[in-house]
Amino acid sequence: MSSALRLNKTRSRWLTFGLLALGLALLPFLVDAGLGRSWVRLLDLALLYVMLALGLNIVVGYAGLLDLGYVAFYALGAYVYAWLSSPHFGLHLPFWAVLPLGAALAALFGVLLGAPTLRLRGDYLAIVTLGFGEIIRIFLNNLNAPVNITNGPQGINLIDPVRLGSFDLSQSHQLFGLTFTGIHLTYYLFLLFTLMVIFISMRLEDSRIGRAWVAIREDEIAAAATGINTRNLKLLAFAMGATFGGLAGGLFASFQGFISPESFNLMESIMILCMIVLGGMGHIPGVIFGAVVLTLLPEALRYTGDWQRNLFGHVYIDPADLRMLLFGVALVAVMLYRPAGLLPSTRRRREFADAQG
Amino acid sequence: MDIFLQQLINGLVLGSVYALVALGYTMVYGILELINFAHGEITMMGAMVALSVIGALALAAPGLPGVLVLASGLVVAIPVCVALGLLIERVAYRPLRHAPRLAPLITAIGVSIILQNVAMLIWGKQYIPFPAILPQGRHTLYGASITDVQIAILLLATGIMLLLILMVQKTRLGRAMRATAQSRQVASLMGVDVNRVIAATFAIGSALAAVAGVMVSAYYGLAHYYMGFLLGLKAFSAAVLGGIGNLGGAMLGGLLLGLIESFGAGYIGDLTGGFLGSNYQDVFAFFVLIAVLVFRPSGLLGARVVERA
Repeated sequence: MSSALRLNKTRSRWLTFGLLALGLALLPFLVDAGLGRSWVRLLDLALLYVMLALGLNIVVGYAGLLDLGYVAFYALGAYVYAWLSSPHFGLHLPFWAVLPLGAALAALFGVLLGAPTLRLRGDYLAIVTLGFGEIIRIFLNNLNAPVNITNGPQGINLIDPVRLGSFDLSQSHQLFGLTFTGIHLTYYLFLLFTLMVIFISMRLEDSRIGRAWVAIREDEIAAAATGINTRNLKLLAFAMGATFGGLAGGLFASFQGFISPESFNLMESIMILCMIVLGGMGHIPGVIFGAVVLTLLPEALRYTGDWQRNLFGHVYIDPADLRMLLFGVALVAVMLYRPAGLLPSTRRRREFADAQG
Repeated sequence: MDIFLQQLINGLVLGSVYALVALGYTMVYGILELINFAHGEITMMGAMVALSVIGALALAAPGLPGVLVLASGLVVAIPVCVALGLLIERVAYRPLRHAPRLAPLITAIGVSIILQNVAMLIWGKQYIPFPAILPQGRHTLYGASITDVQIAILLLATGIMLLLILMVQKTRLGRAMRATAQSRQVASLMGVDVNRVIAATFAIGSALAAVAGVMVSAYYGLAHYYMGFLLGLKAFSAAVLGGIGNLGGAMLGGLLLGLIESFGAGYIGDLTGGFLGSNYQDVFAFFVLIAVLVFRPSGLLGARVVERA
């Protein structure tokens, strides 16, 4: 009886997995047919932000280190890709060589940022990481003289797309009687990397390291007293988070074909932080949900023009101007009604209930 | 020597404005341990409202003396900013006082995005020039020049800061504020109306922000819906530099940041043999900030918090 039940349970689990996989595989085609091609592009971006949010989640959500300069690692990954795979230096290395290099450089900078800031707490750490992010951005903006390294505010253009042998991911291909355009193929590539990042995050969460991070987040001194090497683990958190950031940066560069310092400003760091907090800090499904919602919401709010026309018969406010306002209202409203996030982990929900009572 | 003196004057003027804004951050932080991210936007709102009033008055009554026009701009801008500050505290922060620490930070970011976009809808995306109503006098001092506006900013900022210190040290409200900053619970047990003290803190901080906003727009001669972001960022850095939660620290941090920026802009080229130009002045400021925090993790004047065992 019980073994039959268990068998049933495993079977339903596989069924869920299968349906989920099928859904994810078909998603770009459904979206393409239903909402149009620009939304497939947004799906690609959403996947990028899921990777970024999960990376920052390691630093902020698990280890409790408030990092406001996370976008710097994203920028480093993107620039490494652009340097090694574009006409800027005349180098065209393949992506499987460049992506790990970008991630590694980002990790190195993560440690470089982490090392001097180990003693800082809370908001002091926030301001130092913010400063670090700005320093990187200003250097990227100005390192076009005396030696042209970053091409300054103009950014780097004509970055190579991802290529596997002669298979160019940015071109359309006919496979199984279906037309896969560049953005469809990019979706699958990003999905692959996103699943990898999700898998690593999940395994980290329950590992010895993940539990040590949570211990540091809850009480650093108590954690040190139980024999946790807080220094190494905090550095590891910075390095791991930065690695994901660097990876996402490389993918972003290959996807856009063009990068400039403008894409890596403080607002971007703040956005990624909002995704985590809004979704549910430290909780992987919450973070994924937050990243997807906050990537798609500003685009969805472009439709406010149509709503205005339907309601009043006239467009009073340009939807492009209105959407960020509504975005701000949404941030405030969600936090007021769900302070622990949209999909909080059970632990956080419990903590919050304790704090209330 | 004259370049040195010139940078010193510029730095002090800029720094005293940073200090005024930083005071708003530090007072709120001292009491609530909350980074009021929207504070920079309140400064912007102060500048915008004052500029609208000044512009309208300058058109309607061209004969009025400039100082009077400026004063009426302030008289309108200060209550508007105070009301905004109180509203934000009531709607976005008070319900989250017991929430996880990052939740009010996100509402603060949300409020700041809202204020920016409301300002953009009201005043548009263009830079708004400051009407030429103020005396344009320029004095020479040992080879450096200082304008009437700069002198006025320095005097006004110094006066306001002295008043604030007096208020916090001598009045009943000031004592209640200090008590609330030490421990909200104990203060409320002693009969302090904590909610009123917090509201008063927001009101005072917002009033300072309004004045600072008008100063900045008078100094640079323009205002813009996005001006609050960078100003707020710098003022917050100044508050952290001085030791957040400490009034004297915010003043010191503001002045230091102003000086670092203006000397950085003036000398960074010479220091690096021409390799780095003045466009690296912000890098310089952030490097100093990071260096100070690495060696004094709680800011220059911040209390060394004993770590709980």
